[in-house]
Amino acid sequence: MTATTFDRREFCKLLGGGIVVLMTTPPADLFAQQRRAPSYPEDPNAYLRIDEKGHVTLYSGKVEMGQGINTSLSQMAAEELGVPLDAITIVMGDTDLVPYDQGTWGSLTTRFFGPAVRAAAAEARTVLMKLASEKLGVPREQLTLANGVVSAGGKKVTYGELAAGKTIARLVDEKAILRSAKEFKVIGKSAKRVDGREKVTGRAVYAGDIRRPGMLYARVLRPPVHGATRKSLDVTKAKAMDGVTVVEKDDLVAVLHADPERAAKALEAIQAEWERPEAKFDTDTIYDYFVQNVPAAEVKGQFQSTFQTAYVAHAAMETHTAVAELKDGKLTAWIGTQSPFGARARLAQTLGLDEKNVRVITPYIGGGFGGKSPIGQGVEAAQLAQITGKPVMVVWTRGEEFFYDTFGPAAVVRVTSSMDDAGKITQYQHDVWAAGTRSSEVLYDIADAKINALMGRGTPEAKLHPFGTGPWRAPGAGTNVFARESQIDIMAAAAKADPLDFRLRNAKDERLRRVLKAAADAAGWKTAAGPSGQGRAIAVGEDAGTLCALVAEVDVDRKTGAIRVKRVVAAQDMGLVINPEGAKMQMEGCINMGLGYVLSEELQFRGGEIFDVNFATYELPRFSHVPKIETVLIKNDEMAPQGGGEPAIVPMGAVVANAVFDLVGVRLFRLPMTPKRVLKALS
Amino acid sequence: MKRTIRFRLNGKPTTLTTEDDRTLLWVLRGDLELTGTKYGCGEGICGACTVAIDGEAARSCQTTLADVDGKSLVTIEGLEKDGKLHPLQQAFIDHGALQCGFCTSGMIMNAYALLQQDKKPSRGTIVEKMDDNFCRCGAHNRIVAAIEEVAK
Repeated sequence: MTATTFDRREFCKLLGGGIVVLMTTPPADLFAQQRRAPSYPEDPNAYLRIDEKGHVTLYSGKVEMGQGINTSLSQMAAEELGVPLDAITIVMGDTDLVPYDQGTWGSLTTRFFGPAVRAAAAEARTVLMKLASEKLGVPREQLTLANGVVSAGGKKVTYGELAAGKTIARLVDEKAILRSAKEFKVIGKSAKRVDGREKVTGRAVYAGDIRRPGMLYARVLRPPVHGATRKSLDVTKAKAMDGVTVVEKDDLVAVLHADPERAAKALEAIQAEWERPEAKFDTDTIYDYFVQNVPAAEVKGQFQSTFQTAYVAHAAMETHTAVAELKDGKLTAWIGTQSPFGARARLAQTLGLDEKNVRVITPYIGGGFGGKSPIGQGVEAAQLAQITGKPVMVVWTRGEEFFYDTFGPAAVVRVTSSMDDAGKITQYQHDVWAAGTRSSEVLYDIADAKINALMGRGTPEAKLHPFGTGPWRAPGAGTNVFARESQIDIMAAAAKADPLDFRLRNAKDERLRRVLKAAADAAGWKTAAGPSGQGRAIAVGEDAGTLCALVAEVDVDRKTGAIRVKRVVAAQDMGLVINPEGAKMQMEGCINMGLGYVLSEELQFRGGEIFDVNFATYELPRFSHVPKIETVLIKNDEMAPQGGGEPAIVPMGAVVANAVFDLVGVRLFRLPMTPKRVLKALS
Repeated sequence: MKRTIRFRLNGKPTTLTTEDDRTLLWVLRGDLELTGTKYGCGEGICGACTVAIDGEAARSCQTTLADVDGKSLVTIEGLEKDGKLHPLQQAFIDHGALQCGFCTSGMIMNAYALLQQDKKPSRGTIVEKMDDNFCRCGAHNRIVAAIEEVAK
């Protein structure tokens, strides 16, 4: 359905009447942000409905994976409609019910979908106020609105009464009259998560909690290393097991059983031999392999540093999970995916079905971080449902997760820079391998600044990665900012300048200066050139339109080499803040998750063989690792809301590395900064 | 071995006749249709599958049915009483101590067992006892604050 062929009245009837407002966001804005989209459909991409009980349902193609957008989007709708937050229900990521959306990533929801929701709700309010005026026989300007009740003098009417028996559909653009920041009652006030009760009672439904009659659990035979080819296969023993179905179709070999443990036992009974490809590099040699295979021109400058960051796993607590059921030629798939419509297209193509015969339903997602856009598990479940004729669940084990994840790529950054006698940066060049350019813009006032990205996503050179890679929370941004903000500190130390003063000396942009000062003030910054022995540092990054500065305080155990991050103060300018507490949760989450790639997380591999198969060797941040965190949201209501899910993770590498330098006078150029690397640097 | 296993599940007597070496996690999630207990790692490392057995925290992915014979088992579904949330559940909501929610059942059950053993644990004890439960979203500080509030 497109805007031109779309029949609003039919659509409204389909939803069961009431007042329905559809909304299109301007494609131009989306083009700018979602460049990978060749064309953005002009379908209505947001809508809401008010039924005869006055209940508001908001339909969104976005998904909830922990980031709290079900709460913030509901807040935006409640604000513009003038109803309490609990009058709103949100339906997300069900391709039969919600309008098209490309995917939930890039901290785009609040920035681009948010205005659509607000405009749709504002339009609905306009319609309702007009109806109320007619019904009550009172001019609109004399009406007052509170909690979904319109009143004037002694007379009143509810939204539900106004919507009853009506079938009104409106299509609006973003020019709808929105409330101003001064009028806000819901936006800008902290709201508790709308999914809180479901999640603390265990009632929240994730893909793995779906049950269908006759459903089988599938386990799929996996190669021992990436790039291996199968030389032999013997499924005799598995076939002989009671209740086990064995599927062999091309490369797909699977066993299915109504009990997941029996399916696992059947998989163990399969015998297969594999031929492994030669391993050309490992965890430590991959960086040279990149630089040698994809050389960059030498650059002259006063300071030259090379930074390295490791392959990292998304490691969401929920592994990739899907259920698929094929019935009467129609496939229904429950998938924990960041891209329900992308999944629909892929499943339709795989199974040879028309897209209209594929429905993807996205339950709650147990963490995404960029890793839940690929739907290998969904494809497997759908294929097996088609082959067996039964509903099939695929739950990747943690081992499969550590094998088929699209890891954040290992990357190299070579920075060459120069400054004058006054400590003004005169030249800066940033050559980056495999991390892309996100957040690489220098921010500082440097006339001669160049960014050169090599081995970026989608380039032929990206094939050098030995296994799947993809976006990992603020893709590449942490790498780029680790390099730049470390280099800035290196120059500050050479200039014998305080790291904050040095940054301010080179920063013209007022927003940048403000966020740096806010973080330093909140942290009680004490001016001193590094290494000052205080073990404190500052770093700043820009991501998704948001500026975030971090101040960190660290301790280093000189015997073990262990770094302890004691305190992190974060100041963030994200424009208008919809849900301050929700924004702070995201900042804290970024800081805690950030500890992992900075201190301990690093995929161990040789060629296509991945040695990490579970959390025993791949170390996630724990309770005893997390610092005291203080967050400051800079008031900037004049600026439209910017992204909040990723910015605070971006400066984590640099701020910790800089703080370690400030404490012990030794600089680390490679993430994660494991105890072993720290000890080596200290010796 | 197939036999009859009897235990109390969220206060109710429960009987199952099945293989006694089956893993509690999958029996809870399958036969007993209690899906609040989650699979996270399958090796007892992450804590997403934590339940309380006779008041002590246990990893249900490392527990067999034979292990719970004659015991009293509490899962996340057993904490709410007559529509009233357990103080820990309420505190998790109030403190925003969850994001994606996938580790939440295990977090709350681990904290529930901790408070059974020690009604007023210090902050240090809470951190120590929660240290083997993983949260990828990074809600740690708020989880500790929520437990501290209930422990006051």
